[in-house]
Amino acid sequence: MSTEQPLLRVRDLETYYGKIQALHGVNMDVYAGEIVTLIGANGAGKSTLMMSICGSPQAQAGTIHYEGADITRAQTYQTMRSGIAQSPEGRRIFPRMSVLENLLMGAMVSKPEYLDEDLAKVFALFPRLKERQHQRGGTLSGGEQQMLAIARALMSRPKLLLLDEPSLGLAPIIVKQIFEAIGELNKREGLTVFLVEQNAYHALKLAHRGYVMVNGVVTMSGTGKELLSREEVKAAYLEGGRH
Amino acid sequence: MSAQKPDYMRELLVDSGGGALIALLMGVMMLGMQVDVTSGLGAELILRFRWDYLAYAVGAVFFGRLAMNLLVWRKLKVLDGVSLPKPKVKGEALERNLKPVFLVVAVLLPFALMFWLGARGSRQYIDLAILVTTYVMLGWGLNIVVGLAGLLDLGYVAFYAVGAYSYALLAHYFGFSFWICLPLAGILAAFWGIILGFPVLRLRGDYLAIVTLAFGEIIRVVLLNWYEFTGGPDGISGIPRPSFFGLEFTRGEDGFAAFFGLDYSSIHRIIFLYYLILILALTTNFVTMRLRRLPIGRAWEALREDEIACRSLGINTTNTKLTAFALGAMFGGFAGSFFATRQGFISPESFTFMESAVILAIVVLGGLGSQIGVVIAAVVMIGGFELFRELEEYRMLVFGLLMVVIMVWKPRGLISSRAPSIALSGRAQGISADMVQEGHG
Repeated sequence: MSTEQPLLRVRDLETYYGKIQALHGVNMDVYAGEIVTLIGANGAGKSTLMMSICGSPQAQAGTIHYEGADITRAQTYQTMRSGIAQSPEGRRIFPRMSVLENLLMGAMVSKPEYLDEDLAKVFALFPRLKERQHQRGGTLSGGEQQMLAIARALMSRPKLLLLDEPSLGLAPIIVKQIFEAIGELNKREGLTVFLVEQNAYHALKLAHRGYVMVNGVVTMSGTGKELLSREEVKAAYLEGGRH
Repeated sequence: MSAQKPDYMRELLVDSGGGALIALLMGVMMLGMQVDVTSGLGAELILRFRWDYLAYAVGAVFFGRLAMNLLVWRKLKVLDGVSLPKPKVKGEALERNLKPVFLVVAVLLPFALMFWLGARGSRQYIDLAILVTTYVMLGWGLNIVVGLAGLLDLGYVAFYAVGAYSYALLAHYFGFSFWICLPLAGILAAFWGIILGFPVLRLRGDYLAIVTLAFGEIIRVVLLNWYEFTGGPDGISGIPRPSFFGLEFTRGEDGFAAFFGLDYSSIHRIIFLYYLILILALTTNFVTMRLRRLPIGRAWEALREDEIACRSLGINTTNTKLTAFALGAMFGGFAGSFFATRQGFISPESFTFMESAVILAIVVLGGLGSQIGVVIAAVVMIGGFELFRELEEYRMLVFGLLMVVIMVWKPRGLISSRAPSIALSGRAQGISADMVQEGHG
């Protein structure tokens, strides 16, 4: 795998919030067809890394390459049109718009002729959304909102899907359903997934490879299984995290 | 549902009876008895009983509360036991049915007034209708910016002023006619909308409001002080009136009345102006409704909901906001040039912050994003305001009271339900109860 060019390559990335440095030179690769997870405690800089990839905030130093092109300084909307889609932290669905309208917003950057096909695809993945297509987004349950956020991101036909804490605030059974759907997408469609999670156990079980972040630096990396079996990972992130 | 009906009625009666009981207890001393002084020499205190007063008060409370329960508070009661979708569906149906009614009334209004009141009597009412329709149009224009895109604009009157002055100045210096100036005024106002938009689009909420407020004032102050060009506080007079496909509304041989073989009457022009603003307003409405169904319209609404999510979906938020600003400004500009041609005279005094506030109030009270709500709010506010002109200072009081009442009664505006702009199969349904109550996780 290491000989081919990664789909997403992050090198020596440094990001600041004002004067406070959040990322201290992060290196990371995501290869096509992989599920890669980034785990770490609250405030470790996981979401910052994801947001830097999206260009908001932009990194001060280092580079981000996507399909060989430098996107470090690209505007968020440009990045999101280049084949990357994001399901942001806290879901951020449009509460007053219907489920269908939410999905259409996701399809803004893809060609209209794909619309029916893509809708059928996400409805097959999350049948619950089809039942509720005319309901307002804000009336959905937390799990359904997360499904909607992921489905909305998929509507732009991404090659790389960025997921920021999809398990946040959800019941374990729903987390399991959502992670299964992500795994299925990856297996069936070859979708590349970069998953930022606090729920280390589930994330590492699902992912091919994982990175562990502590205070803005990547301290460990390896396959999901490897990391799961490491004592320091177990001690720091898995105690009580297993459901 | 039918099984719950008697319960519902009983609950209503108990509730109203309770209110009446409280009124009775409070009223016994306050209304039922009155201490008075006997007239004559040996004046002494006596107690008078006024049980009839008390009966009126108790009756008023009972029936008033019953009526409020049945008509106004009904939704709350229905929510308790019967079914969830009812209020929403009712609101939507109301909105659907109101539209044709309003349209028919608006189209037939001048003729109905002429029929009942004659040319002389109906003039002031048609004038009032023109004013109300102008505000409806301004409300619809601002609704694009505030209601759909969620950008709080306190300086909307600036675009109204730009439109009015565009026409007045173009007519004054170049002798252009209204029909040439109308699109130009719209374009110029849209242009100013973009000029304002660029620097302020990073701002949000309160900050945006303050800057747009300042922009509105700047435009007015410039118009006031650029004496050589705009005439400053003297304003511009003698602004040409619009023609009907080249026919002037004059008494002469080639005037409108002579051409159609009518007796000349000044009411013709008033009616023409009314239909002109009606068409302009309906165009605004039509364009807005169409845009709402297009990607750009959905992007505006999404922007109002969550800007960060919009950006993460690849939407260029800057361009989206600018189009909203420019379009809103353009309709403001159209309304402005209509205002200029109707008045025949404009001065910066017509474009104070108060105007912006009134237009914004119409949009907010009508229900952000609701087109029909704007109509109702404009009719109530502008129409009511003008009808009660004789009441002088009290009307401001009532105006304020009305706003408070609406905000307490309907905090999200008169028409707060939002119909989805798209449905895959058939009409979008309201949220049905079984779907809401289920769901876990």
